[in-house]
Amino acid sequence: MATLTADHLTDEQVDALGAELDALRAEVVASRGERDARYIHKVIATQRALEVTARGLLLFAKFPPAWIAGTTALSLAKILENMELGHNIMHGQWDWMRDPKIHSTTWEWDHACASEGWKKSHNFEHHTYTNVLGKDRDLGYSIMRISADQEWHPAHLLQPVYNQLLAAFFEWGVAFYDLEFDLVKDGTKSKEAFKADAMRLWRKARRQLAKDFILYPAMSGPKGFLASAAASLVANTVRNFWAHAVIFCGHFPEGVETFPEEQLEGETRGQWYVRQMMGSANLSGGPLFHTMTGNLSHQIEHHIFPDIPSNRYVEIAPRVREICKRYGLNYTTGPLTKQYGTVLRKISRYALPRRAEQRAALAHRTRSIAALPVRSEIPETPQPVRLAG
Amino acid sequence: MAARARDVAHLLTTPLLPDDLLGTVNPVWSTTEPAGRVVARRPETADTTTLLLRTGPRRPRHRPGQYVGVGTRLDGVWHWRTYSVTSRPDDRLLAVTVTALPGGTVSGVLAHGTPVGTVLRLGPPAGEFVLPEPVSEKLLFVTAGSGVTPVMGMLRHLAATRPEVLAGAVAVHCDRTEADVVFAAELRALAAATGLRLVERHTARDGRITPDALADLVPDWAGRQAWACGPAGLLDDLADWWDRHGDRDALHVERFVAPVPTAAAGTGGRVRFTESRIEADAAPGEPLMRAGEAAGAILPNGCRMGICHTCVGRLRSGAVTNLHTGERHDTPGEPVRTCVSSAAGDVEIEL
Repeated sequence: MATLTADHLTDEQVDALGAELDALRAEVVASRGERDARYIHKVIATQRALEVTARGLLLFAKFPPAWIAGTTALSLAKILENMELGHNIMHGQWDWMRDPKIHSTTWEWDHACASEGWKKSHNFEHHTYTNVLGKDRDLGYSIMRISADQEWHPAHLLQPVYNQLLAAFFEWGVAFYDLEFDLVKDGTKSKEAFKADAMRLWRKARRQLAKDFILYPAMSGPKGFLASAAASLVANTVRNFWAHAVIFCGHFPEGVETFPEEQLEGETRGQWYVRQMMGSANLSGGPLFHTMTGNLSHQIEHHIFPDIPSNRYVEIAPRVREICKRYGLNYTTGPLTKQYGTVLRKISRYALPRRAEQRAALAHRTRSIAALPVRSEIPETPQPVRLAG
Repeated sequence: MAARARDVAHLLTTPLLPDDLLGTVNPVWSTTEPAGRVVARRPETADTTTLLLRTGPRRPRHRPGQYVGVGTRLDGVWHWRTYSVTSRPDDRLLAVTVTALPGGTVSGVLAHGTPVGTVLRLGPPAGEFVLPEPVSEKLLFVTAGSGVTPVMGMLRHLAATRPEVLAGAVAVHCDRTEADVVFAAELRALAAATGLRLVERHTARDGRITPDALADLVPDWAGRQAWACGPAGLLDDLADWWDRHGDRDALHVERFVAPVPTAAAGTGGRVRFTESRIEADAAPGEPLMRAGEAAGAILPNGCRMGICHTCVGRLRSGAVTNLHTGERHDTPGEPVRTCVSSAAGDVEIEL
């Protein structure tokens, strides 16, 4: 059932697809150079300029124009730092430059979650086991049901609500989720390891909190303290909603598949590529939009080549798409509003239990992106608020 | 107080260092990644150029004769090489003299393709090829080709601080032809001004110098402290000569090649890179970096010879052996250069 859309491919065809993608990757790796280095240095300089400007403006946070400009700049700075810099540098996309300052082993991001733990759960677990039920903890983040193949639990009834809460506090969601409390409960993670991770989170998070909510507000003076702290809160929250929307659109929209654990047994390189492509979805938009999503708008390309420089995803996307077309594979993409709409609908739909055969029928229908179910087929559930822009 | 201010500044820029922001504005201001900007280029010969660098205010003071690691970004990638410092410790600008090696991409670019304004990264000064303090009275310098560069640093320093020492000193310098001699005019002027005895030998005409030819040229060689720098063949011959006919401790040599690990090589062991999540078996004497790379880890690296400190990772557990000194390091948290450290049993490195 899992590789439904790829079932028409023979083993030889899957191998040939893998070889084509390997060649594409080799081509990118061989051509990395000064142009790419300039790109990441430019993003770093822009991000730091935005942040310094924001903090400068927010010294005058009690004046509304300074507050608005400062909060906007700080939101953009945090988004750029987490998405185009932090996420991608920690993937090792820039390690080839041999610059110890821009290296996956040394980068610490502007985020409550310490890089070290995040790299393990994200780079290793999520990127290896992408969309495999029971293995990829990012599939619904262990609190949401986003596939008919996941077991239903009464708590899922509330998931349209707590999804919005997760979006608002996404940074903390990621940080606490990284502690893997669910694994402590089922005994696969020791209490000591949990405690060590919790301490690491506390050490990192308290510095982040002190900076955003005490130190900078204090510098804005007694009259500007609250306004400045509010600016930090708004900037962090804007970043949270944005990151949540982009990331959820990467793996949860209609047309994206999930896989059973058996899929991993003896999986070939070609099959791995197919799973990564079928388990990911892109977002369409302009160059600035791509940069602000950390190029996760090219989630498909990112998932097949997690460690090539992010500025290259947009360049290889037409070729990956062409390959998919030639092999008759879905290449899920669309504008953010549309994609996020399908994610929210999915979260609402799977909040409800359904009988097994219905589940199977629906799952079958929704796997074909061309035959996306029309609204009338979607169960009557309150429509969650749309946020994307 | 200063430490308190630093803590607050660090908290303001967390998770970055204040230094990272300074370095973004002007790389030369960075103290964690020291750099210099090329402000002038002095062509010395057809293949040799001196680069004059303006560095940050906290440039560590070098001793004449020492070298520095020089990092240059070529097509996006940092490459490190080492070059002798030819300026004096008190000079405002740092001078490094680079000879383009045949087929050497990095040295070629540094010597011929590094315009004024280029930012180069700099490692800390290093090397034991230095004059003693106080300086000995009777000195002999034997150099060949670009081997003159560390000695030039010494001669300039002595000419400025202890010119009388040079009056009794001898410098024997060999190069292929007169046109190939680096610093030729300055060496001659320095000899004329201080009384230094300068012997220039052009090997295209006179052939390579041998130790007995040197002994004929400088009959009192055995009574002098000697500093020699040049091709490995010459240095081997000289070391052999001093061993047999003189006092080996009186001869100081500088080799322009990666030091060969001679010390205790470590026992080898399992090395785990905690950040990369890669484990590898490191053979006795095998640098941790090479073991990790063989297992597929992409580790920070630069000069790969223990100079630039790009490859440093913290030791989490276990012990390593420094391949240059044979010293054992086993303090958790200690920074370890993975390119010149081997495993002494199982070891974990935070990279």
